[in-house]
Amino acid sequence: MSRRPILRLFLPHARCFLHWVRSASLATKVFIQRDYSEGTVCQFQTKFPAELDSRIERQLFEDTVKTLNGFYTEAEKIGGQSYLEGCLACTTAYIIFLCMETRYEKVLKKISRYIQEQNEKIYAPRGLLITDPIERGMRVVSFSKLTDLKVG
Amino acid sequence: MSAVMVAKKVTRKWEKLPGKNTFCCDGRVMMARQKGVFYLTLFLIIGTCCLFFAFECPYLAVHLSPAIPVFAIVLFFFVMAMLLRTSFSDPGVLPRAQPDEAMYIEMEIEAANGNVPSGQRPPPRIRNVQINNQIVKLKYCYTCKIFRPPRASHCGICDNCVERFDHHCPWVGNCVGKRNYRYFYLFTLSLSLLTIYIFTFDIVHVVLRSVSDGFVQTLKETPGTVLEVLVCFFTLWSVVGLTGFHTYLVLLNQTTNEDIKGSWSGKNRVQNPYSHRNIVKNCCEVLCGPVYPSVLDRRGLMAELSSSPVMISDAKNYIPDLQTTKTTAPLIPNEQTPEEAKPPLQYRTEEATEPKQSPTVQELPAVDIPPASLTDTAPAKEQVF
Repeated sequence: MSRRPILRLFLPHARCFLHWVRSASLATKVFIQRDYSEGTVCQFQTKFPAELDSRIERQLFEDTVKTLNGFYTEAEKIGGQSYLEGCLACTTAYIIFLCMETRYEKVLKKISRYIQEQNEKIYAPRGLLITDPIERGMRVVSFSKLTDLKVG
Repeated sequence: MSAVMVAKKVTRKWEKLPGKNTFCCDGRVMMARQKGVFYLTLFLIIGTCCLFFAFECPYLAVHLSPAIPVFAIVLFFFVMAMLLRTSFSDPGVLPRAQPDEAMYIEMEIEAANGNVPSGQRPPPRIRNVQINNQIVKLKYCYTCKIFRPPRASHCGICDNCVERFDHHCPWVGNCVGKRNYRYFYLFTLSLSLLTIYIFTFDIVHVVLRSVSDGFVQTLKETPGTVLEVLVCFFTLWSVVGLTGFHTYLVLLNQTTNEDIKGSWSGKNRVQNPYSHRNIVKNCCEVLCGPVYPSVLDRRGLMAELSSSPVMISDAKNYIPDLQTTKTTAPLIPNEQTPEEAKPPLQYRTEEATEPKQSPTVQELPAVDIPPASLTDTAPAKEQVF
């Protein structure tokens, strides 16, 4: 993958890397909350927060959140595949889960890759960073505003 | 000048998790602190089954059918698997809010409350959401600093918020929640079957043997039978009753917690918004729904730096040194590595082609002992905020 100029700012220097990490963790964060209107299924609110108005276009933000919602809907879908997985696992006393990845775990990996891709292509160039919801207990999607991109 | 490796003490995240859980097998097993009753459960099940295999099975295999002990063994292993799975798995614990998220929520609450005159109590921290045309109140948890999702509740014994909290079961030594409810249900169901099975064949064995040897002689030859019958008789009432109760809950898609609190009792036209109004659909959702992964990254690494400085010679040595001096990222970041701890994007893309370690914790099957209906259906001292 081509290295964008902005990524070269993060060229190695241990102290600078730690400084960048500290800056990122202290930067302003915006938390997108869960949308419980359809029950306990994992969905996030697509309402565009005012704090991100100057940083990212509304459409891009909504597309990201809607895609994430789509992934979670796919993961939690109750249908033929989930029944099959459940029944098969039950007959093996769920021991099969020790060697098999569940559908939810496969979708979580897809989500992780998607978020990484979105960060690289869309959000990092705009000084934002999305955190995977699983790191927050699937309660929020956090958007960190990276205020300090200086090296050393 | 070569780079100096920094001594790093590796700790896993489970060692730093708040709450009153105990962890075993380096974070793979998660239970409550009080495990005495769980050991009793194990003892009762294993003890009774051992007596059955020792005293009844040899006679029944010869005089009736060898399938009897075979089926008993299969049922016994299934019961143990379900008990261990229930006891050892994460019930659906919600991680506590990190300081930034907690502060964000506080700011939102203060903005919503406005200026509270001094001396007056601030309004209760409640958020109303509409779920399927029903208003559901989300309560704020002062311990975890989050607004609890619908159906979640804080367990006072484990000191955690648990999703779809059912109850805290001392017999399995763990909470029963979203992630392990189906194992718990299958445990009570299979244990009911096992108890009925052993009880029935104890009676059959005594009757058959008494025909040839006499009743007293039979009891003298197989003293274990008396013990088994006693244990099974008392277990039957509690376990079968509990299975029946949980079957009712499954068909209505309710939790024990909701049933006890009367959340969806129909008062003021309040109905269960999570029910599909179809017992088959409810049953399928609870028992055959997706298997939710744990959101607690118990086995993630939290490497700590020592105080020695890092000397970097040139860019070529930087990458391996960076990996050893990173504060919280594993060498191959997995999906659950906190974003701040991952290496900069360029390195992450380099590592993206490497196989990622599975973030899931392999849970041992849980054995479940049927809790006595009184202790189990009690809300179990959970703090309800």
